[in-house]
Amino acid sequence: MAQLLPHKDVVIMGLGWTGAVLAQELTDAGLHVVAIERGPWRDTATDFNIGYMPDELRYAIRRELFLAPAQEAMTMRNNLAQTALPMRDYGSFLPGHGVGGAGVHWNGFNWRFFPSDFQIKTHLTKRYGAGRIRELQLEDWGVTYDEIEHCFDKFEYLCGTSGKAGNLKGRVVEGGNPFEGPRTRDYPNPPLKMPYSAMLFSEAAKGLGLHPFPSPAANMSRPYVNPLGVAMGECTYCGFCERFGCANYSKAMPQTTILPVLMRKPNFEARTECEVLKINLRPDGKTARSVTYVDAAGHEFEQPGDIILLCGYGMMNVRMMLLSGIGVPYDPVQGTGTVGRNYCYQTQGTGARLFFENKHFNPFIGTGALGATIDDFNGDAFDHSALDFVGGAGISCGSSNGRPIGNRPTPPGTPRWGAAWKKATAETYQNATGVGAQGTSYPVRGNYLDLDPTYKDRFGRPLLRVTFDFPDNDLRMSRYLSDQIAKIGKAMNPKQMAMNQSAKGWNSVPYQTTHNTGGAGMGPNPKASAVNRYLQSWDVSNLFVIGASAFQQNAGKNPTGTVGALAYWAAEAIRDQYLKKPGALVPA
Amino acid sequence: MRAFVLAALVSFAAAPALAQDRVASGRYQAVLGDCAGCHTAPGDKPMAGGMILQTPFGKIAVPNITPDRETGLGNWTEADFRRAMREGVSPGGKRLYPAMPYPAYARMPDADISALWAYLKTLTPVRHAVEPNLLPFPYNIRTLMAGWNWFYPSPVGFAPTAGKTAEWNRGAYLVTGPGHCGACHTAKTFLGADRAKAFTGASLQGWFAPEITGAKPHGIGNWSTDDIVTYLKSGWNTHAAATGPMVEVVENSTSQLTDADLRAIAVYLKDQPAGSDIRSGTRVTAGDPAMQAGGRLYQDNCVGCHGWDGKGETLIFPPLAGNAILLQPSAESLTRVVLEGAQAAGTKSAPTAPAMPSFAWKLNDGEVAALLTYIRNSWGDDAAPVTAASVAKIRANLRGH
Repeated sequence: MAQLLPHKDVVIMGLGWTGAVLAQELTDAGLHVVAIERGPWRDTATDFNIGYMPDELRYAIRRELFLAPAQEAMTMRNNLAQTALPMRDYGSFLPGHGVGGAGVHWNGFNWRFFPSDFQIKTHLTKRYGAGRIRELQLEDWGVTYDEIEHCFDKFEYLCGTSGKAGNLKGRVVEGGNPFEGPRTRDYPNPPLKMPYSAMLFSEAAKGLGLHPFPSPAANMSRPYVNPLGVAMGECTYCGFCERFGCANYSKAMPQTTILPVLMRKPNFEARTECEVLKINLRPDGKTARSVTYVDAAGHEFEQPGDIILLCGYGMMNVRMMLLSGIGVPYDPVQGTGTVGRNYCYQTQGTGARLFFENKHFNPFIGTGALGATIDDFNGDAFDHSALDFVGGAGISCGSSNGRPIGNRPTPPGTPRWGAAWKKATAETYQNATGVGAQGTSYPVRGNYLDLDPTYKDRFGRPLLRVTFDFPDNDLRMSRYLSDQIAKIGKAMNPKQMAMNQSAKGWNSVPYQTTHNTGGAGMGPNPKASAVNRYLQSWDVSNLFVIGASAFQQNAGKNPTGTVGALAYWAAEAIRDQYLKKPGALVPA
Repeated sequence: MRAFVLAALVSFAAAPALAQDRVASGRYQAVLGDCAGCHTAPGDKPMAGGMILQTPFGKIAVPNITPDRETGLGNWTEADFRRAMREGVSPGGKRLYPAMPYPAYARMPDADISALWAYLKTLTPVRHAVEPNLLPFPYNIRTLMAGWNWFYPSPVGFAPTAGKTAEWNRGAYLVTGPGHCGACHTAKTFLGADRAKAFTGASLQGWFAPEITGAKPHGIGNWSTDDIVTYLKSGWNTHAAATGPMVEVVENSTSQLTDADLRAIAVYLKDQPAGSDIRSGTRVTAGDPAMQAGGRLYQDNCVGCHGWDGKGETLIFPPLAGNAILLQPSAESLTRVVLEGAQAAGTKSAPTAPAMPSFAWKLNDGEVAALLTYIRNSWGDDAAPVTAASVAKIRANLRGH
């Protein structure tokens, strides 16, 4: 029997980026907030200790900071005809764990999606006709870029993002991204210092008439104090970003941006190593009463609250809705239901490895989001009229790290071990770089999330089942992007170039990307979205589901910037609208 | 009739406002005296006591000063409280230990003590019995304190110094009175009374409370008045960050004081005469093996945050170059920070509270000594070298904790 705890105004599941943003905003509004986090407490000096954080084996290979399957596993399959099997270890993507969530181990790419991404269905239909997108299940998000522009701004300033504006209030700025949506002001920090590889890439791209710009990075290009008064240090380009917590207070994480202020507030409380089991609904089924959770000692508690916020990793949000009987589960056969619908990934794996002679790329000088990108072939920045696909990819080159175990490029044909491998790895380390594409992932009817009918977790709850394969549209896009990369690669004049391409048959084992999106999409239509334009559940009005779960498709960009913007957008709606008049903010 | 009703309402409304002002003033006195620094155990109920103080004479458990009748001050009168604050004697004649800085509090005027009393009475009574007497013989005999008080009588009240500004005198009152800065920053005799030179630094509880006179470079002579105000308000300035027990002093007390009071404290302290010169005389040369080894260790372990130039970064990595805290005659605090790590103060104006990790597991005594010798003798600084033996001693003490 769960012990009933005193009531709180707001109960948050998960204390990562979105949980921290919502808690900060709503405690500022005077509410009493508790965050229930299933992982451990983590802070910089203790858990990302400069003395031992650069331990690649411990953190990158053995993945100490990540979610372990013993805590929560998933089952996976490529299509409806297959039987999904539980993974033994996370591979293709690595969900975060503990305070800070995936905001601890990200690289720091802090993008805004394009304005067209938020109205993808309307936009593409208007430009190319409905026939072009028939094989896809595209939906508008119910919100426009202009409406949330100030939320992007807020998140970028929170994070001390380093970059260069390409579009200031409609005026295109030389050296920035000319394809981005208009922004009201420049990034808070100037771009990072570009590595040699990105310089070569930029020169080659410019020579081809393309528009390279510094990738927006939440790695500090100079010392920074954010609007909450929290200070960050200048990045040392140590290259221990992705899979690591930053030991130098130089990468924006909840720990380096919000938590120092939040944890001091008397109206905030964090309960770590407490796992939410389910959300309990009131008898009417239209509002939530509480969440039930289990602490590390196995004691069960019921935490009532006026507002419940699902702020877990996107896929966990979807699972929690399904486990709690909130909304109608998506059925890919009938095409009904919305929870689990429009699960997307990222069309990764398209790229080139370039091998040179007598270069000094010094890959050990790197930082998470360091590099240059072109968006000339991303999203709908280019004309698809004569092409056989929609979507695109950002193409980047840079230096995120040169770590000794993971970063061992060798030219094709090199043996995998032995004296010849040793010789090649020593020669190649300073002479190799890569040009990669991060592609859009568009929804199709058969890609979705639901509860597995067979496999259960340690509490007896069904695991999440992922049914996914790369849609044909996205693979055609990948082929086209591969050709564009080859042109840039050639212009960089390497001695040798090896191309990679995405292929049918998504494999859950090798690491690809942790950019999983959708499953609790936002939108104007309750038949095609699980939450409304404010990320409020259509079915349970005091529940907001915040994260990449709300994306209706994934853009050719890292999702965190848009996740952060949507978190501020939802917080604003709760503060300015919901508190004044609790209930559905959009009539269903 | 109408006028009468109005007058009655006004006086009715004014009375509670006055009482509230008195409580608010008392709260400020509690912050000024940093009562919570000792009487509130971390994470516990305000002023409920129980914290164990490490004094040079042994351990003292701090009493409960909430208005609980059985275990706190619930049965005290204001007169009882005033006597305790000034003479160190509680009702029934029981003598307090001067870990309770009553010799400093004796300078407080009646009105402030009265306001403090009014504030303490508004606290939630907490039932929490504390047995304060953990001292070894002979210090455990409270009546001996009568003799101490005879040796070291504390002046009641505060007499302004003629020829000094009102601000200076306000500073003198705050520093020597309720702020009781000398409790840590002035060296003590074996009986626990102040030694001659005030504010010239002292060792206590495994830390060295630095010199806070106008001395250069190891006092605050190189700090402007604004620098001192910023430091006390935020825990930071461009010269240094608060460390060790000063972190709590900043968080609980100085960060909540008015700017005028902080300025007065700064003006008074800057005017205090320096202690002895701490320069080592025989300057450690760059070719010294300790400097060579220390330089390499600095490059491997410290540069990422504190920088090649030792300048650090504002509000996140304290500067080392010219940092007075590093240049004290005793490297006790510095050694402790390297071995144990440290966390900066978290305040409203500087909420980051960044922390430095422990290096005890990574660096041996000789390495820590070389590193500290390097840090104390680089960027134009000049302070006595640190020995492996002194590091070993501090390491052993920390293990013992």
